[in-house]
Amino acid sequence: MSLFQVVPDHSQVNKQEIILSIRDLSVEYQTRRGVLSAIDTLSLDLYKGEVLGLVGESGSGKSTLGKAIMRMIPSPGRITKGQLIFKNQDLMAYDENQMRDVRGKQISMIFQDPMTSLNPVQRIDNHIIEAIRVHEPNISKDEALARSESLMERLGIGRRRLKEYPHQLSGGMRQRVMIGLALALKANIIIADEATTSLDVIVEAQFLDLLRELKEEFGLTILLVTHNIGIVAELADRVAVMYAGRLAEVANVDELFHNPKHPYTQGLLRSVPNIAIDSQDLYRMDGTPPNLVMPPSGCRFHPRCPHVMDICHQKQPWLVRVDEIGEGDEQVGGYDKHLASCWLHQEYQGATQARRY
Amino acid sequence: MELTFGTLCGGGLLLVGLFLLYAILTGSRSLRNYVITRLLLVVPMIWILLTLVFVMMRILPGDPISTRLKPGTDQATLDRLRERAGLNRPIYEQYWDYITDIVRGDLGVSNNVEQDRPVTDIIGRRFPATIELVMPSILLMLIFGIISGALSANRHKSTMDYSFRISSVVAYAVPIFWLGLMLQIVFARELNLLPVAQRINPQYANEFEHRTNIYMIDTLLAGNIEAFADVLKHLVLPTVTLTIALVGVFIRLTRSNMIEVLQEDYVTASRARGVPERKVVYFHALRNSFIPIMTLIGLQVAVLLAGAVLTETTFSWDGLGKLLRDGIALRDYPVVQGAVVVFAITVGVMSTLTDILYAFIDPRIRF
Repeated sequence: MSLFQVVPDHSQVNKQEIILSIRDLSVEYQTRRGVLSAIDTLSLDLYKGEVLGLVGESGSGKSTLGKAIMRMIPSPGRITKGQLIFKNQDLMAYDENQMRDVRGKQISMIFQDPMTSLNPVQRIDNHIIEAIRVHEPNISKDEALARSESLMERLGIGRRRLKEYPHQLSGGMRQRVMIGLALALKANIIIADEATTSLDVIVEAQFLDLLRELKEEFGLTILLVTHNIGIVAELADRVAVMYAGRLAEVANVDELFHNPKHPYTQGLLRSVPNIAIDSQDLYRMDGTPPNLVMPPSGCRFHPRCPHVMDICHQKQPWLVRVDEIGEGDEQVGGYDKHLASCWLHQEYQGATQARRY
Repeated sequence: MELTFGTLCGGGLLLVGLFLLYAILTGSRSLRNYVITRLLLVVPMIWILLTLVFVMMRILPGDPISTRLKPGTDQATLDRLRERAGLNRPIYEQYWDYITDIVRGDLGVSNNVEQDRPVTDIIGRRFPATIELVMPSILLMLIFGIISGALSANRHKSTMDYSFRISSVVAYAVPIFWLGLMLQIVFARELNLLPVAQRINPQYANEFEHRTNIYMIDTLLAGNIEAFADVLKHLVLPTVTLTIALVGVFIRLTRSNMIEVLQEDYVTASRARGVPERKVVYFHALRNSFIPIMTLIGLQVAVLLAGAVLTETTFSWDGLGKLLRDGIALRDYPVVQGAVVVFAITVGVMSTLTDILYAFIDPRIRF
């Protein structure tokens, strides 16, 4: 995998402090054809100061997970079980008013399309002032304006631009405005949901640079939801790979790129186009993502898996540790652990008492 | 200056003019060009309408003279009367006089509706009656339509949504005259709560000075509270009829626009910023869904001011709509033509106003 220059910098990460812990989360959509299981019993930890890349193909549930953390799953979907432990509190127990305090102030979201994510009849400054004053009603309009001016200055958007309407700004500028909105209240966690998908490559590169700078400056924890492996390689500290509503593999970024354990991750990495390899054909995974109204039995990846075994049809594999286990290292979870949910790695399961992660 | 209907209209037009002037002076050059073009276009629009009406009235069988007289009147009498009314002259001469008179502000003299009375006089009395009927209806329609449309959209697929949707279709489908008759039967005849028709009880009609001919204003100016209450009572049934007829489309349009806007990314984004739901719906979403609704308001106000023909006829309301209907039935050329002039000017002014208001609501529109 020489394609990716993976230079993870874990210095910012506090490997002890879990800021958000997703536990056994399930999201279901009530559809005409039956219950669609978009996320199935998913557990994932987010460490303070890290950038966690959440990758997967369309329909794997990665965006749903982002929305679920904000408790903003649109009807007819709902979170059917699980916990969202944030700062020692379960967000699932919060009522709508308490959640509103979390949204924007504690956890912010940057959306996919900056062109449509700003209210077309409102000026830029009003967006930011509103965001600030919703959470801090004691702040005067002028103070809020002053704060948004200095913040946007930092993001490279001049004072004059703040008086303009969204349609007068370019896509890159609008995305910077979106970041500004996310930063306005100094949120702890930023969920970037496909935040670069609609930008062109050059603007995307600038955007990623900016995000990297801001991460250090503000000590942000970022959940980077994307289908773009390249962006993950560039920005993420750790990667979680999703397939059909479940986690296939979680590892820190160079481990994942150099030593992928799950057959899906292996296929995913091989199917990234690479101009360095002189080959006519791009690797293509057989089959299509499953219908989640009637997901495959056992491991959801088994119909497409090149290594499929009998047990894969029957039993669902849980996330288990697949890396070398050192002395006194038996404790489960942890920032540096490499986890995968695949029957190929059975033997490791014995070592950790078949513990689910 | 004395308050009359003329000064009222003048004041209204002055306000519109000032607004247009403001738009022309402060707006961008393209907005300025747009306003000026629109205003200039009103002139040919009126001319085309006037010509159409002139031709169509003369294509209709019968003329003012034959409709006025009993069947079997001898030809000599008919000819004499036609000559006196100038109807024997060549058609192009009549057309030329008609157009030049209008340019001079002379709408002619009524043939049959109110014999020998100047049409400007008649319109001066009838137009205020229409305004008195239409303005409260539009106001009610706006309040009721926007609130129920927004509620319906916000509680999408709820029982309330379904009941609003069904009632809006019913309201839209019901024929106005039938609805009017039913209301008259129930509330006027059976329950005896409200007057059947007309604008005012004749016993009050001469108790105050008819300065503007908008009776609500006149009675208040005269300080005659009893008469004012009577005017309000007379207003209830026709206003309700007209509102019900209008509100159906309006609820549906507001609802569907709101639903669309509520699914926009920026609505989700402001929710994700913790903006309270009420503010998201009634501030962010409503303002955006208001843009297409504006068109409908502009068109409806224009059409209604030009005469709510059915409602006015059902309730014997002496407004512009009933005037138009009577004028056509009696082949009263000058009356119909005069009513059309008012119609054309109203539509022209309203649609220009609507278009310019767009630019103020939606910053993306800069013509």
